[in-house]
Amino acid sequence: MGAKTFNVTLRVWRQSGPGQPGRFVEYAATGVNPDMSFLEMLDVVNDGLTAKGEEPIAFAHDCREGICGTCSLTIDGKPHGPNQGVASCQTYMRSYREGDRIVVEPFRARAFPVVKDLVTDRSAFDAIQQAGGFITARTGSAPEANSVPVPKDVADLAMDAAQCIGCGACVAACKNSSAMLFVAAKVSHLGLLPQGQPERDSRVLAMVSTMDGLGFGSCTNQYECSAACPKLISHDFIARMNRDYTKAVFRSAFKPAPADAGGA
Amino acid sequence: MAQLDPRIPQGDLHGKWLRHKAAIPLVNPSNKRKYEVIVVGAGLAGASASASLSELGYRVSCFVFHDSPRRAHSIAAQGGINAAKNYQNDGDSVHRLFYDTVKGGDYRSREANVHRLAEVSAAIIDQCVAQGVPFAREYGGLLANRSFGGAQVSRTFYARGQTGQQLLLGAYSALSRGIAAGAITLHTQSEMLDLVVVGGHAKGIIVRNLVTGVVTRHAADAVILATGGYGNVFNLSTYARGSNATAIWRAYKRGACFANPCFTQIHPTCIPVTGDYQSKLTLMSESLRNDGRIWVPKRNEDRLKPPGSIAEADRDYYLERIYPSFGNLCPRDVASRAAKRVCDEGRGVGETGLGVYLDFADAIGRLGEAGVRERYGNLFDIYHEITNENAYKVPMRIFPAVHYTMGGLWVDYNLMSNVPGLFVLGEANFSDHGANRLGASALMQGLADGYFVLPYTVAGYLAGQKPGQRPPVDGPEFAQAEENVKTMTGRLLSVKGREPVSHFHKRLGHIMWQSCGMARNREGLEKGLAQIPALRAEFWSNVSVPGSGASFNQSLEQAGRVADFLELGELMCRDALAREESCGCHFREEHQYPDGECKRDDVNFAHVAAWEYAGDGNPPVRNVEPLVYESVKMSVRNYK
Repeated sequence: MGAKTFNVTLRVWRQSGPGQPGRFVEYAATGVNPDMSFLEMLDVVNDGLTAKGEEPIAFAHDCREGICGTCSLTIDGKPHGPNQGVASCQTYMRSYREGDRIVVEPFRARAFPVVKDLVTDRSAFDAIQQAGGFITARTGSAPEANSVPVPKDVADLAMDAAQCIGCGACVAACKNSSAMLFVAAKVSHLGLLPQGQPERDSRVLAMVSTMDGLGFGSCTNQYECSAACPKLISHDFIARMNRDYTKAVFRSAFKPAPADAGGA
Repeated sequence: MAQLDPRIPQGDLHGKWLRHKAAIPLVNPSNKRKYEVIVVGAGLAGASASASLSELGYRVSCFVFHDSPRRAHSIAAQGGINAAKNYQNDGDSVHRLFYDTVKGGDYRSREANVHRLAEVSAAIIDQCVAQGVPFAREYGGLLANRSFGGAQVSRTFYARGQTGQQLLLGAYSALSRGIAAGAITLHTQSEMLDLVVVGGHAKGIIVRNLVTGVVTRHAADAVILATGGYGNVFNLSTYARGSNATAIWRAYKRGACFANPCFTQIHPTCIPVTGDYQSKLTLMSESLRNDGRIWVPKRNEDRLKPPGSIAEADRDYYLERIYPSFGNLCPRDVASRAAKRVCDEGRGVGETGLGVYLDFADAIGRLGEAGVRERYGNLFDIYHEITNENAYKVPMRIFPAVHYTMGGLWVDYNLMSNVPGLFVLGEANFSDHGANRLGASALMQGLADGYFVLPYTVAGYLAGQKPGQRPPVDGPEFAQAEENVKTMTGRLLSVKGREPVSHFHKRLGHIMWQSCGMARNREGLEKGLAQIPALRAEFWSNVSVPGSGASFNQSLEQAGRVADFLELGELMCRDALAREESCGCHFREEHQYPDGECKRDDVNFAHVAAWEYAGDGNPPVRNVEPLVYESVKMSVRNYK
């Protein structure tokens, strides 16, 4: 507030549509206030472009408080920018100084094709969820909530995993474009809870095979994913998922086939 | 005049919903798959409705403008969800939750709807736990609760400061299961731009694909809108930037009545505005009022001093002083107005003078810094990111901001609007919160509507519609609606003016905040009613929308939404002007008690005002649904 404004230069990835060639374009961002968010700085640049009748820079955003997972900028090579544990929208211009040159790109991954400029298509994540990221619980069929106690430490650990915002920074940060942290977070969240046990094996098998089929790479234990995660979700969950996966593979191999259900 | 029959079941309040459910016609299971139901929106209400309807066997198509249904703004709700479980043994009950909600809404909600909401609240928690929502728990493994404003019992369930996220991910997982099973067709990046009405019934929608720009027609046997609130009419709010009124506004222009549009919740605990570039105000959860104490200096000259240097005796803990029995946990409208009052007196803190302290020093003394971190750590982190201040060391500065809209499309007891076949759920309807919503009740309502109300009531409508009789999409009503959408897109692109959309949105927000904000009066509202049409005319002659309609174009999306806000804002002022009383969030300065509290007029205004579109250029018609209180006695709200 009342702080001194400054100027920076942006090098922004512009791409008119999917499969089109893209290029970096330079823009001056002037009169930047340190209390501005990075996205508000882009808003101001865009208003300037629009007033000139030029197409503004397309970027994905919505809640602007770090929870919806829409914003997805790679800033100076880092998904979600220079600070740990925040999304792009929670990056503030106080992280920059007069004269800085800032490179802004979309999240880069084969499974996240560019829609336009800085906007990518992350629907692959929805496809993985649909493969098994749920507990089958028909509306109305639930037992009384307190009938199944969940130890506090288990509930807390499940919540640590469950807070994933589905932004895809883990994929963008990984040199293999692996989605292991995203998948592991969901598999662990549901697999830790007693309610998630009946589908534990089928869930991890289906989600992992869908992930593999969508063009995400493998995990080679670099842990860039956790470092870029705006919720700092631990890569320990990847180890947990690998254990779950191995057990599920064995169990499914030796599982006796159920007798024909038949019925009256 | 629209026919507004609330269809409230007869008989005693406690048995209404039970008897009604037993009397609703059923649809034969083999016929259900012959009905196509469109759900617009996939927040708590839309996702839960889509999942539940598909489980029943209906064919569901769900449309969202986001790139994924998990992005809906329900995700941002922080504090919690109310339910009358009485796990705390502190005297809670369905009746008490019902009563608190009616009283909190300042007796401007529909009694029967609110009672039903309280009745189904407990089942919501059961459902969410079964889905794997990781609610906070006690050491014994049972569910934990916390307190929220407007209640003297502890009935709020929570998942850290991310309750909305966890509930939405639960509903999203149920939605995902339905998609995988082929029972739900999901259309992402698909914005509803018109409602198609055939023979007086809602039978379809017109949708623009936001990536390709392609406009398509979709027919259905019933249309369900779960598209959220319209607080972004104020530009600055706690809403997501994309939240908009377009779906409900276009439905209004097709005949659905808009009820109580001026009822806007201004949340007391948000991070104050810092500059003109600002795009967003961030909420600090109401749960913080469990442990934080709100104060300003007693003397104006102390307002810029470091808060730590102001002696205890020189601080005014004004909520505790004025409302000793509810203290810092008084309802949101009351807390917001009290903050406005002390700032108007010149005692507001921070450079702008528009702020009050929310102080955790006592709580840190009692629980230790670690104890406070355990409860509110993520909120303190958000505060730090935005303000660069450490709230463990200095008090937070907060100020009220637009947060929720109690108004919305008019619906009857079945959640159906006055356009048959058009149902409206969650924040998009008007029904349950009256003139003020209590904290942790929005999540409750969204999920109640989607999981436990609509799946029953929609059958009452569909049972009267012959299966397989959906009108074809090549009919004249569809063609006309598509033409309407294309014409509007063409108009927006052809202005080719000089100012970006944001320029008009900011100016509209300023007018709305001045004339239709925390305090309203005749003079200000009349001024707003003169300024808005002028601004609208300027928009249509000078807005700049670069690019084309045949591709991904965020300026175009935004322009369409702001064009709608420029009309809705006028209706809000009109509604506020016509309601010559103060109630809940609607504070008309002309109608107050000497101590500054709301003065309701139950003789003349104990009703819902449902506005009916009468064509461009004609003033809308104000219809009235009287509110009849059979169980609760209307009284002056007292939190003292």
